[in-house]
Amino acid sequence: MSVNQQAHTGPPYGQPQPGYQGYQQPAYGGQSLPGVPQAQYGAYNGPMPGYQQPVPPQGYFPSLGFPSKGSPVSLNSDTSSLAPNFIGSLRAPPTSGAPPPASGASHPSGHLAYSQFEHGDVQNGIPASAAPMQRPPASQPFLPGSAPTPVSQISTFQQYGPPPASVQQLRNHMAGMTIGSTAASAPPPAGLGYASVPAVSGSFSATGSGLHTPYSTSQGPPLTSVSEGLPLAQPPFPGQTISTQRLPTQVPGFTPPPPSTGVGPSSYPPTTGAPRPPAMPGPPLPGQTVAGPPSSQPNHVSSPPPPSTMAGLHPGPPMSGLQGPPPPTHPPQPGYQMQQNGSFGQMRGPQPNYGGAYPGAPNYGSPPGPPPPPKRLDPDSIPSPIQVIEDDRNNRGSEPFVTGVRGQVPPLVTTNFLVKDQGNASPRYIRCTSYNIPCTSDMAKQSQVPLAAVIKPLAALPPEETLPYLVDHGESGPVRCNRCKAYMCPFMQFIEGGRRFQCCFCSCVTEVPPHYFQHLDHTGKRVDFYDRPELSLGSYEFLATVDYCKNNKFPSPPAFIFMIDVSYNAVKSGLVRLICEELKSLLDYLPREGNMEESAIRVGFVTYNKVLHFYNVKSSLAQPQMMVVSDVADMFVPLLDGFLVNVNESRTVIASLLDQIPEMFADTRETETVFAPVIQAGLEALKAAECAGKLFIFHTSLPIAEAPGKLKNRDDRKLINTDKEKTLFQPQTSFYNNLAKDCVAQGCCVDLFLFPNQYLDVATLGVVPYQTGGSIYKYAYFQLETDQYRFLNDLRRDVQKEVGFDAVMRVRTSTGIRATDFFGAFYMSNTTDVEMAGLDCDKTITVEFKHDDKLSEDSGALLQCALLYTSCAGQRRLRIHNLSLNCCTQLADLYRNCETDTLINYLAKYAYRGVLSSPVKTVRDALINQCAQILACYRKNCASPSSAGQLILPECMKLLPVYLNCVLKSDVLQPGPEVTTDDRAYIRQLVTSMDVAETNVFFYPRLLPLTKADVDSDSLPAAIRNSEERLSKGDIYLLENGLNIFVWVGVNVQQGLIQNLFGVSSFSQISNALSTLPVLENPFSKKVRSIVDMLQGQRSRYMKLIIVKQEDKLEMLFKHFLVEDKSLSGGASYVDFLCHMHKEIRQLLS
Amino acid sequence: MATYLEFIQQNEERDGVRFSWNVWPSSRLEATRMVVPLACLLTPLKERLDLPPVQYEPVLCSRPTCKAVLNPLCQVDYRAKLWACNFCFQRNQFPPAYAGISEVNQPAELMPQFSTIEYIVQRGPQTPLIFLYVVDTCLEEEDLQALKESLQMSLSLLPPDALVGLITFGRMVQVHELSCEGISKSYVFRGTKDLSAKQIQDMLGLSRPAVPMQQGRPLQTPEQPVISSRFLQPVHKIDMNLTDLLGELQRDPWPVPQGKRPLRSTGVALSIAVGLLEGTFPNTGARIMLFTGGPPTQGPGMVVGDELKTPIRSWHDIEKDNARFMKKATKHYETLANRSAANGHCIDVYACALDQTGLLEMKCCANLTGGHMVMGDSFNTSLFKQTFQRVFSKGYNGEFRMAFGANLDVKTSRELKIAGAIGPCISLNAKGPCVSENELGIGGTSQWKICSLDPSTTLAIYFEVVNQHNAPIPQGGRGAVQFVTQYQHSSTQKRIRVTTIARNWADAQTQLQHIEAAFDQEAAAVLMARLGVYRAESEEGPDVLRWLDRQLIRLCQKFGQYNKDDPNSFRLSESFSLYPQFIFHLRRSPFLQVFNNSPDESSYYRHHFARQDLTQSLIMIQPILYAYSFHGPPEPVLLDSSSILPDRILLMDTFFQIVIYLGETIAQWQKAGYQDMPEYENFKHLLQAPLDDAQEILQTRFPMPRYIHTEHGGSQARFLLSKVNPSQTHNNLYAWGQESGAPILTDDVSLQVFMDHLKKLAVSSAS
Repeated sequence: MSVNQQAHTGPPYGQPQPGYQGYQQPAYGGQSLPGVPQAQYGAYNGPMPGYQQPVPPQGYFPSLGFPSKGSPVSLNSDTSSLAPNFIGSLRAPPTSGAPPPASGASHPSGHLAYSQFEHGDVQNGIPASAAPMQRPPASQPFLPGSAPTPVSQISTFQQYGPPPASVQQLRNHMAGMTIGSTAASAPPPAGLGYASVPAVSGSFSATGSGLHTPYSTSQGPPLTSVSEGLPLAQPPFPGQTISTQRLPTQVPGFTPPPPSTGVGPSSYPPTTGAPRPPAMPGPPLPGQTVAGPPSSQPNHVSSPPPPSTMAGLHPGPPMSGLQGPPPPTHPPQPGYQMQQNGSFGQMRGPQPNYGGAYPGAPNYGSPPGPPPPPKRLDPDSIPSPIQVIEDDRNNRGSEPFVTGVRGQVPPLVTTNFLVKDQGNASPRYIRCTSYNIPCTSDMAKQSQVPLAAVIKPLAALPPEETLPYLVDHGESGPVRCNRCKAYMCPFMQFIEGGRRFQCCFCSCVTEVPPHYFQHLDHTGKRVDFYDRPELSLGSYEFLATVDYCKNNKFPSPPAFIFMIDVSYNAVKSGLVRLICEELKSLLDYLPREGNMEESAIRVGFVTYNKVLHFYNVKSSLAQPQMMVVSDVADMFVPLLDGFLVNVNESRTVIASLLDQIPEMFADTRETETVFAPVIQAGLEALKAAECAGKLFIFHTSLPIAEAPGKLKNRDDRKLINTDKEKTLFQPQTSFYNNLAKDCVAQGCCVDLFLFPNQYLDVATLGVVPYQTGGSIYKYAYFQLETDQYRFLNDLRRDVQKEVGFDAVMRVRTSTGIRATDFFGAFYMSNTTDVEMAGLDCDKTITVEFKHDDKLSEDSGALLQCALLYTSCAGQRRLRIHNLSLNCCTQLADLYRNCETDTLINYLAKYAYRGVLSSPVKTVRDALINQCAQILACYRKNCASPSSAGQLILPECMKLLPVYLNCVLKSDVLQPGPEVTTDDRAYIRQLVTSMDVAETNVFFYPRLLPLTKADVDSDSLPAAIRNSEERLSKGDIYLLENGLNIFVWVGVNVQQGLIQNLFGVSSFSQISNALSTLPVLENPFSKKVRSIVDMLQGQRSRYMKLIIVKQEDKLEMLFKHFLVEDKSLSGGASYVDFLCHMHKEIRQLLS
Repeated sequence: MATYLEFIQQNEERDGVRFSWNVWPSSRLEATRMVVPLACLLTPLKERLDLPPVQYEPVLCSRPTCKAVLNPLCQVDYRAKLWACNFCFQRNQFPPAYAGISEVNQPAELMPQFSTIEYIVQRGPQTPLIFLYVVDTCLEEEDLQALKESLQMSLSLLPPDALVGLITFGRMVQVHELSCEGISKSYVFRGTKDLSAKQIQDMLGLSRPAVPMQQGRPLQTPEQPVISSRFLQPVHKIDMNLTDLLGELQRDPWPVPQGKRPLRSTGVALSIAVGLLEGTFPNTGARIMLFTGGPPTQGPGMVVGDELKTPIRSWHDIEKDNARFMKKATKHYETLANRSAANGHCIDVYACALDQTGLLEMKCCANLTGGHMVMGDSFNTSLFKQTFQRVFSKGYNGEFRMAFGANLDVKTSRELKIAGAIGPCISLNAKGPCVSENELGIGGTSQWKICSLDPSTTLAIYFEVVNQHNAPIPQGGRGAVQFVTQYQHSSTQKRIRVTTIARNWADAQTQLQHIEAAFDQEAAAVLMARLGVYRAESEEGPDVLRWLDRQLIRLCQKFGQYNKDDPNSFRLSESFSLYPQFIFHLRRSPFLQVFNNSPDESSYYRHHFARQDLTQSLIMIQPILYAYSFHGPPEPVLLDSSSILPDRILLMDTFFQIVIYLGETIAQWQKAGYQDMPEYENFKHLLQAPLDDAQEILQTRFPMPRYIHTEHGGSQARFLLSKVNPSQTHNNLYAWGQESGAPILTDDVSLQVFMDHLKKLAVSSAS
């Protein structure tokens, strides 16, 4: 896991290491070994079985054969950092063979071993959390430590300790992978894989004598192992058991365990705070050894894999065997450590060692000989998102991020940090997949790393940061390059004493307009450099002149039109009354510019069912007037004057209207609705008023009434997994596309609030909101009691949030690259301009770049995103964001400056668009393939040579597999039976305009152990990894993904806690109909509620709170979000997927 | 002769009928040689103070093709309780209720004085009258205000149980729902799109088929009346609401750019009104009252574009085929009128604007449905206000002078056939043995529908004698015609009025003088005028004039006494003496002359001409001129320029205008203020006299005439000068000397010249 290389990993490792060291040593003692392997094996076995025969059931994709129930394997975050490289957790495929049954059973309950495992895992999980904590601090120290250690097993161990787990896991994975991959060659599941492995193992052995030997032996054994497979499988169990009880189990229990333990240990140590240590020691050693080396060579992360691969190859058993060896290998592993530590610079040095380490890995194999059986990949040993996030938070959260330096990778989105704009746009506005762009397209193609920027032009800033300054260049408008029309920015070069400037994008030289002239100082900088935001800052705004306005007329202030469905369902559910009540107060909070006293936005009201009702709320009227338009086939606006009004002027009339609407329709029997005419009506109203604006449409049902845009119920689940599945995402008719076009032309943005009780074709209804830059909110089976709060919060936020209208965005780039593709909620009438009728502070546009020429390392690459929009007061403005990036000729530089979260954001959007035109399976395969290529390229070009059995991940991308797996498992790409077509369409559109922070938590939800929260501090409890194993029956957890908040209550939670949180006396009395937590006066309740409130505050949408009791039927829903586990819909567990990735990579490499 | 005049007058008073010939030529050939067709002016609902309706059903002839009503002309066998139909000679049994019938105990319908009788019958449910206001909001503020007040006032004039509805239009059309409390609610339609009745009903939520389709049928059914009454409510219920609603009516809020006309969707508004009633109250009496202040400028029925620089079509444009919207618009309104008429609803058009409003195109709405057409300069004039008020005037017995949904059935003896009718009616296409193949006016039927009529509504009905030349004078020597008018009385009762008349046959070859003596020249002039105007609607003006001339010449040739080629010998008998003069004025009338009239005005004049009774029609043809002077009591004087004297005050009544003209001297006296001096009180009285008389006319006339008070040399004097016979013009001024009359600056021929030519042509042997 090259990932390790990253500083991040380093530290984590380091931290763990200390602990580890202690542990390791002991672990070394031998226990560690067993432990590790076991764990791994266990995992493997699980998967393995799946693979082999049982596979189909387990396997997501039978083809992948991931069947593994990841759960047992679940990665412990800790290890991940260490061993991330080693994906190698082998599913002891072979073992699986044997285990299969076991595995199958194991997951659920079947195999005791499994169950044990799980337990173990759980424990691990917890520890893990602890571990991560440890890491951060320790990490650094460790690194150093690790570095030295490399050679000595012990030392390695130490390093490994932390890493080890990973390493081992990796190995395991690797093993699995290898098995997979190699095995692939050897189709026969485990057996063959093993066989092939042997060969590898050979190499392995070479590397890590000890380990290797095991492998080799394993190979030899393989057969046996195969035969043993079963036994192996068993081992896994032990492994699991081990996991549960690392040391004890490991050592005593199963010989195999030891190896597995090896893995386990590593993972354990990190994961389990205390418990692991012991375990760690044993296993860590092996793992550590591996890790050790890796540390030196981050890239090498893979190094660990080798062993794993080995293991993989050698079915579970070998692994175990390997693991056994690992300890010995450890010495070699040091190399590993190197990698890890390598946190690059250093890492490299070590890398060499790495190599050694790797070999060591093989050794692993050999030594493991004894431990063989346990093949499971210890979840704790594979890269942990939690750990990475924690590390980044600790390392980078404290100091402001200063944007002055070119190509600087910003902190992760999960980290709280301040930004100081010194010439580049804040990462809150722009994030890139890589801050170092390959100089040539060949390189880019080779790496397959997409070059993309995720842009959120109107992002909201924390109060500590200043909004972009408004610059007025006078009547002639902003100063721009004559040729490419780029706007004045900090990168423009002033020449000839300041009389001209050379464009940083196209190199064209432009005269400085007289009124803008300024002398240069001795460094060539303009004297007014610091007085002008456009010369010194990355983000700023220009006041646009009339030339930038539609029809050469300054825009009128925008309008909001509220369009309320008053059909039977809406009235009956109380929705209409609710909306009307809310609007009364909400209208006082329309967005206003700066310090204006009242909002310039005018409002209008429409209700509709099969026909539309417009309201005249002119201030001079005593009573509002209702105008019914039934000619829905040819929509028009029946009135001009009095429809759009100033809230304050017409206050009484509006209030009267809002009072009467619910009464008027109280007895309605109309169940049919129209939809397109509603939008048309709003559009026409805005046209008539000659302004831009936003429609808030509250809609309940499929529009089946006779009218344009009438829809049929075409929901058909049978289409899922067929070539026609894409039609479910496509609109039924092109009518809405054309309508959207018209809307965009007028600056009519549509926000849609849906309250469906059944299918209403979100894919079609969403077309207009989507293309106009609007939002869709969906409240299925809306019930007043439970959903009103959420809806009202969303509505309030949606109405109040900052928004620009009639926006056009263009991204300019310096010569050599060019924006080629755009993702998000907008409309494009040509290939360069992104048009949005409305753009709010939450909307994000992802832009992909391609080379059209060479770049130079000297000049780097520049992006300028210019957004022309109308502010909520009707002022026409240009917002400019500039970003400078580095360019590189070495792939290693590219891989070192990537950002996985952004990458996932891009990949998800890419894939979600792909489902419109390709079968979902194709999209998934393409995703996997691309990631495999990315990683393979790294492995091939950047990682130091190592066994093919090793999985080596770039430090920056060590979370790529886990996140990618989450994307692949998402409802859009792999729907479970309970996911409706509407849900999928909804999520598809939702994700398409998400920013990086949102996709991050959406795909990898945040899981917080509430019972661990410190009621006295403001901080959140440390997150844990999304795996059932990490949950303890005695605790309460909170899981949030940006849309939902689950509060999971274990069956054994203390009554006191239940009483404190829910106000009921026992577990069984907790109602899962609660939509909010009861307000109780006790510290725990307060703390939990404050956490919930805080989380709600962080998200752009109000999340639905769902109480889940363990073993309750709702738990299935909850488990769906435990993304490291195998999902019911067939999604692979993290471990399994890692193995699969490894296999893919290996295939690519061979 | 006096006897004939009395006879004619009697008949008119009793039966509301005036025939052109009161003795009928007995053969087809002779009849055609009479030039003026055998025809009559029928005023179906002529007010009869002495005619109490009977409360039973009429007795009908049992022959299915006949169904004539038992009448005084029938032969009755009191013993056998049989009666013979005098039209088809079918012998019919009296119904059981007539068992007690005998020579001394006759039912009213057999008594000779009940040649016209009215039955009240009980048929179907009585539905209240319906008044649907269709109001233009593209008006000037004062106009709109005045209109609103008029409308509010009208609510108090309506029968309390009448249903009212309100549609307003401008750029859009709004159908106001009247039943709702609180928020006022209206359905809005775009003014540019024509909608079918079905669509309109769907959009207004009135469609019935759709409702049963859905579930909950039992619930829906009882609600139907409620649904349809959302737009039409009893006056007494929503009096206040509607008054407020009208009060709140705003001018059309859409901005009208400089140089443009407001967008006015009259065509669609009317279409919606028709569709609304069609869907909710077919075949019941209803008035759609359209108030418009300008031409329709968009959508179906548009008459002119909204560019002010393109003027509304003139006769000149029409002649040049340059009126691009006319045909389409006319078609649109014709379709509406026919639909409306088919459902028994009438359409009134109240158009008040200084410019044209498209009456030409819309005329059929009023013409075919019996609606009123009122043209004024502004809603803020007494002309409109009082006219409108008079729509709701009540008769002697406190009943509204309006009736609805009349069905006129004409039956004739075998020797006669029905050629057609001219008046505010449409054909019901009732073919039968008594329908002639030759059409005059709206023919091809023996039944017509008159959606709205009042006591003065008069139709011209044309007959054809079909008796063969050689056939003997029919048995009994009398030909008979029966008019059966079924209608909805304003009290919502269904009534049937039956008028049966008979006239003697005469052999034209042997008894021409009888026929000649029985000629009703007034009726004949009006009947010919109606034919002429009817033709003028579809033909070129000159052709009609030529036709009229030829008819006149032929008549003179037939009935004049002269020596061939000796104009001076030409004489006409007294019964014909006025006829040429009527025709002379008719030729000059705005009904046939379009010069100086806009197409709208022509349509307006013709509309009224085609429905007024004989007296009013004659006034229209030849205005009445009264002179007031110190030389004696007011006297009617010749409609001649020679009547215009300096010391006279003239009062001219053209039906459409009342002109008071002060002679030169009188005007000077008035300016000098003599009327204010006690010693010249007689002058004051003189000035007052015509005013009082004019007031009297104004009081009774519908529509209210334009009241013009002018004097010698005044610009408005043109109204008078254009009407009088230009016996003195600038051409012959000196020949006539200076002492009397006023010269008219015209090249028109005078009556004298006209007569000279007529004589010459009549006696000419060449023709």
